[in-house]
Amino acid sequence: MIEVLKKGLFSSIQDMGRTEGIAFGVPISGAMDRSALIRVNAILGNDPDCAAIECTLIGPELRFHKSTAIAVSGADMTPKLNGSPISMLREHSIKPGDILKLGPARIGCRAYIGVKGGLLSDEVLGSRSQYEGVTPESFLDSGAFIEIGSVDRGLANSKARLKTDHAKFSVQVIDVQEGPEFKYLERGQVNQLFDQTFHISKLNSRMACQLEELIPNQIQSIITAPVLPGTVQLTPSGQLIVLMRDAQTTGGYPRVLQLNHHGIDILAQRQSGQRISFKILK
Amino acid sequence: MINWPHRIEDSILFEVLDAKKTLSDFYIKQKVHVNSTYNSILVRYDYTIRNIYSEISMISELLKAVEAPVSRTYNLIHIPVCYDEEFGIDLIRVSTKNELTKDEFIRTHAGTDYRVFFIGFLPGFLYLGGLDDRLGCPRLETPRQKIPKGSVAIGGNQTGIYPRSSPGGWNIIGRSPLDLFSPEKDPPTIALPGDKVRFVPVDREEYFNIESGVRKDDYEILKETLYD
Repeated sequence: MIEVLKKGLFSSIQDMGRTEGIAFGVPISGAMDRSALIRVNAILGNDPDCAAIECTLIGPELRFHKSTAIAVSGADMTPKLNGSPISMLREHSIKPGDILKLGPARIGCRAYIGVKGGLLSDEVLGSRSQYEGVTPESFLDSGAFIEIGSVDRGLANSKARLKTDHAKFSVQVIDVQEGPEFKYLERGQVNQLFDQTFHISKLNSRMACQLEELIPNQIQSIITAPVLPGTVQLTPSGQLIVLMRDAQTTGGYPRVLQLNHHGIDILAQRQSGQRISFKILK
Repeated sequence: MINWPHRIEDSILFEVLDAKKTLSDFYIKQKVHVNSTYNSILVRYDYTIRNIYSEISMISELLKAVEAPVSRTYNLIHIPVCYDEEFGIDLIRVSTKNELTKDEFIRTHAGTDYRVFFIGFLPGFLYLGGLDDRLGCPRLETPRQKIPKGSVAIGGNQTGIYPRSSPGGWNIIGRSPLDLFSPEKDPPTIALPGDKVRFVPVDREEYFNIESGVRKDDYEILKETLYD
């Protein structure tokens, strides 16, 4: 068992998400920075799809009631085990009673706490990713308990380590492809899309990331169509909305650009107020 | 993406659903997901395609071979709705705006069987087609922060039910006591694309009886299988 002593700013259980419910309007969800989830699981020898704790901006404090091994990836939240700082991106042994605490992110936005064998919380429609109305809980609250598997004590001492991908946290330019309604943009609007940097607004969540700068337009609205995480919508009022992992499955605004997983991962590590720009991937 | 003409019509929906079935059956053992809306299908791959052009030409061939079924059946799902003012907070305003009495509005809304085109926006949110022209009303300028679960609403020329409490800009004309989305059931929604729904007016007392039945998992939703 893992006991959540302090929930931090916003923490939830995430794996690679669920595709079984798309036809019923259930978002895919899953780790915002997928590459960080894959890394934390790789260090622990887990399946890439094992569930981990996703921490946002300020990390949680956890007490472990069982022996296991953990690793931390993503944003640097100065992880401390029983008060002593531990390295990110390597496996650490845990014994019953140990306390792991993550603080405010010094760089980046989201960190991942992986556990040997993954978290064993409720699985709904093929995934443990927490989402309101689908899993019993929609996030990790203080006082919550999470099931974990048993681990042979002998295994919990791997020397595996990965190097921090510093570049990801400072990269500003995100590769994109044209969305289905890109062709309705005028020359001037296309220039505005690619010639400027955009500030990430305060409206920044697991569902969507809204950008500050507007692109005035008269694009015809579309009848509701499928959207994906990474789809960039342009509203009649000029707002650019980048849909993220908890995005709804359909939408009525024109889809002008599409980010791939790598682009979403980069954006997942940006904070409100920071800047990004787009570049077409040829 | 596979697109059909930009219209909301049963005939297009049938083509979309037939194509969706053909593709889903073809990809059944692979990590490929096929989802549809009014007039388009999104084929989503969980893996990287090696040769996009051969994939596209294979899909084109499959689509050419899609045949409409000899007979088409659908489920008609009866959805109880209480149109009382306490639930339908915008009903008086929109019926006045549309120059109908409250009763005429209710009778017209409940008098049509609506086609389910697809499910999106929220888990279990049914996109319904067929709203009578006389009932259309524009979305609110500023959406409400919180619309109660089960609210039956009209936005523009569309009608639908909020499966859970959520922000929303549609006009609320009533409320249904049903659970529209139950992740533990198979399928998790009460209707599927191609089905139809019929709103059945119930009074306040009936609403609360049904609600308590639903809570105890005791209430059986009436479904009829009919031919198109």
